[in-house]
Amino acid sequence: MTDAPLTAAVKAAAPAGPGPRARTTTRYLRYGAGKVGGAAVSLFAVLVTGFFLFRLIPGDPVKTMTGGRPVSAEQMAAYREEFGLDLPLWQQFTEYCGKALTGDLGTSYQFHAPVTDKIAEALPNTLLLTGTAFVLFTLLGIVLGTRSAWRHGGLGDRLNTGLALTLYSVPSFWLGLLLIIVFAVGIGPVPGLFPTGGMESGGEEGFAHVLDVAHHLVLPVVTLVAVEYGQTLLVARSALLDEMGGDYLTTARAKGLRDDQVRRRHAVPNALLPTVTLVFVNLGRTVAGVILVETVFSWPGLGGLFYQGLSVPDLPLVQGLFLFFAGTVIVMNTLADLVYPLLDPRVGR
Amino acid sequence: MSTSEQHGRARRRLVAATGAAALTLAAGLVPQQAAAADGDKVLTVAVAQSVDSLSPFLAQRLLSTSIHRLTYEYLTNYDPEDARAIPALATKWTSSPDKLTWTYTIRSNSSWSDGKRATAEDAAWTFNTMMTDPDAATANGSFVANFRKVTAPSPTKLVIELKKPQATMTALDVPIVPKHVWEKVDDYSEFNNDKKFPIVGNGPFILTDYKPDSYVRLKANKNFWRGAPKFDELVFRYYKDQDAAVAALRKGEVSFVSGSPSLTPAQASSLKSEKNIKVNDAPGRRFYALAVNPGARAKNGEKLGDGHPSLLDERVRHALFMAVDRKTIIDKVFQGYAVQGEGYIPPRFGSYFWEPSDGQELAYDPAKAARLLDEAGYKKNGDGKRLGKDGKPLDYRVLCHATDPNDKAIGQYLQEWWGDLGIDVTLNCLDNVTDPWLAGTYDLAFDGWSVNPDPDFVMSIHTCAALPATPKDTGATDNFICDKQYDELYAKQLAEYDPAKRADLVKQMQSRLYDLGYMNVMAYPNAVEAYRTDQIASITTMPEKAGNIYGQDGYWSWWSATPADGGDSGGSSSTGIVVGIVAGVVVLAGAGVFFALRRRSTAEDRE
Repeated sequence: MTDAPLTAAVKAAAPAGPGPRARTTTRYLRYGAGKVGGAAVSLFAVLVTGFFLFRLIPGDPVKTMTGGRPVSAEQMAAYREEFGLDLPLWQQFTEYCGKALTGDLGTSYQFHAPVTDKIAEALPNTLLLTGTAFVLFTLLGIVLGTRSAWRHGGLGDRLNTGLALTLYSVPSFWLGLLLIIVFAVGIGPVPGLFPTGGMESGGEEGFAHVLDVAHHLVLPVVTLVAVEYGQTLLVARSALLDEMGGDYLTTARAKGLRDDQVRRRHAVPNALLPTVTLVFVNLGRTVAGVILVETVFSWPGLGGLFYQGLSVPDLPLVQGLFLFFAGTVIVMNTLADLVYPLLDPRVGR
Repeated sequence: MSTSEQHGRARRRLVAATGAAALTLAAGLVPQQAAAADGDKVLTVAVAQSVDSLSPFLAQRLLSTSIHRLTYEYLTNYDPEDARAIPALATKWTSSPDKLTWTYTIRSNSSWSDGKRATAEDAAWTFNTMMTDPDAATANGSFVANFRKVTAPSPTKLVIELKKPQATMTALDVPIVPKHVWEKVDDYSEFNNDKKFPIVGNGPFILTDYKPDSYVRLKANKNFWRGAPKFDELVFRYYKDQDAAVAALRKGEVSFVSGSPSLTPAQASSLKSEKNIKVNDAPGRRFYALAVNPGARAKNGEKLGDGHPSLLDERVRHALFMAVDRKTIIDKVFQGYAVQGEGYIPPRFGSYFWEPSDGQELAYDPAKAARLLDEAGYKKNGDGKRLGKDGKPLDYRVLCHATDPNDKAIGQYLQEWWGDLGIDVTLNCLDNVTDPWLAGTYDLAFDGWSVNPDPDFVMSIHTCAALPATPKDTGATDNFICDKQYDELYAKQLAEYDPAKRADLVKQMQSRLYDLGYMNVMAYPNAVEAYRTDQIASITTMPEKAGNIYGQDGYWSWWSATPADGGDSGGSSSTGIVVGIVAGVVVLAGAGVFFALRRRSTAEDRE
């Protein structure tokens, strides 16, 4: 033990330095700051891209908006001035950036209302739809994925992955229409159980209203879950398969634990790590990716709003929504990055 | 974690899951139209278009302006039979001998829904606000652009002085708003009139509730001077997908579906065989045309764009006209849901409808078309291609809307028909055709407009005054047409207050437009819509004999609609029953799961 005094000396010489825990915290903060900084740069890039991208859309907003109505040239010029379209592009851009930094996304051309108001109006509806679907398809994906992996190669696994892959490749609007025909209108012996569209019948209050919204929620959620759970299932499945050769599982079995316990208490928690990233990314993506489902089911959410913005083109509205959608994905990715080292200390070192 | 804890958790999860499933299932049993109050007759209409604003000063879209027709009175309305102007808020009107002063008598039996009487003062205030505040002129400013002064000498007398004669004074599509409510508004550019309900109005319906892209609810105005509507409530419900809207009609969730602008032939045909559904295949108010770039230019004389020079020759335009088989277009593309086009204004506007005389008609005649092209000097070369003056084969760029299947289908026919003549066609199908259109960088373009009972607007877009001031500006022109003779006729009709004489002038303008060959009206697409006969017993179409229901000029359809006996769409007393069913199912399912888990756990304990 010749090095013992040396070790002791080193330890004694460094009493003022941060302890291991503090060092980890510093490292994590540095890692976190890097990620957050990266996110901020991405957000700025989105801000710039959004502005110029939507100016490439062919079309004159004023002409499209007033199309089919008797409008004099003077009035058209007045609109241009009102919307700031008569200003040079660089001036429009600096004004847009300045306002965006203060949370002002401008006024929608077609709705004569602040873009933030329009987003705030539609966001809860989208969150209700995507939130419900998100919880369900994540749980379903993880449960079925881990089960599939545990008995991989079996009939259950093949059926599970086969079905998930099939549904994953089905266009959501097509599946939605199919569900409407079968379960909303009714076909053969199947009665029309659910509404064909919308979020509420209107005029209901209290519990009846909750029930009414739940009723309207079923088909769009089923559609979203059906097309989305496959991805989680596949990732969870392959992650668990990677873990399955692990010695620690043999040890756990040797301790006499039941197969079910080995899976749930030892294998799955480790296999969940890669799934976490996917879950966060999905959360961001789902908010932006429900345009088709919202359209088929006439759900009054952000997807429909975006579509309306594009068809004019209502520049402030599409820019605002683009910023919001991209922002959600960036924030969710950053959150995933920040959470991951907490779950797996190897990351971020 | 002990085994019993695990079982407990598993059990709770299972019960929760089963409960949720049961709730979902039971929710499926909620009656579809539980929204209505007991016994109320509700008319539900499927719509797709979002409301842009509920302020009459801002709203421009068809749905929003239709809602304003239902909730506010205008000075005049249009007769459902022949679309001539009839009394509304004004009972009669006269013009001064110099044609510059119009005096309207305002009815004394129209009151706002808050009890106050609607007077000439309200009308004068509405017009004056539009004349003085640019924000208030957003939607309907063009109607007052020629007004000099508007006054209300008494509650029943409204006087409008004009700068120059204006024949559209009986077609002022401006909702008259209650002054006592609207004078409190600070900023007309931002006030959308959609926060406080019910909204004070004096039309046949009162707007009681609105949720963006979900629904618009209106209650019948029992005190409406013309008589209350027969349905108690009118609801516009949103279906963003037309197939979903058709599904909702099939199911009875909605009473009426119109499509935008029309149901597809496939949808119409499938609905025709359905019990309790009537497909209304009505003459449309739109025309569908092929527009020729007439050598685009601005008002200052500067040329813009790059339209093909050969198209400046009237013989070439007539040849192209004569090589289009409109009958085939009606039969194959519109599958019978359209009428062959002739004049510029569709036949449903009987007084203005015009047809070419026998000698004038440019009927389908490919052989004559070929001769005309030969005469014009565009002869075929050895490859069968016709050469332009520059020696290059003729190849026309045709602007088409990528979202319109009719454009694409007809485009292919054009390639075939004009190809036979030795002319190539390049279809330029774009999501938004506005840019090349405004820049004049096209040879031909698919064009179409909805026509109002007063034809002034669709005629005005072909006057020289509508051209852009300079190539950098945007004018109100549709297709850069500028013809002196046409302009003279236009000015005459605008100053002509005698309806018959004015109609004659409008026909002469159409004749001139036809002869010029810049606009080939190929079809008048039908308005195809459908409604449930077990919910709506009768409804007024416009024109009354055979016309459309949605988007009428006036409130006739929804005001006149009579509920069918069996079509009681109310009945929400079932909500209690439903809650009972849900509770019952949850309890039963919970009990079932509980016993199943007990059995399982005892079986495991035995192991």
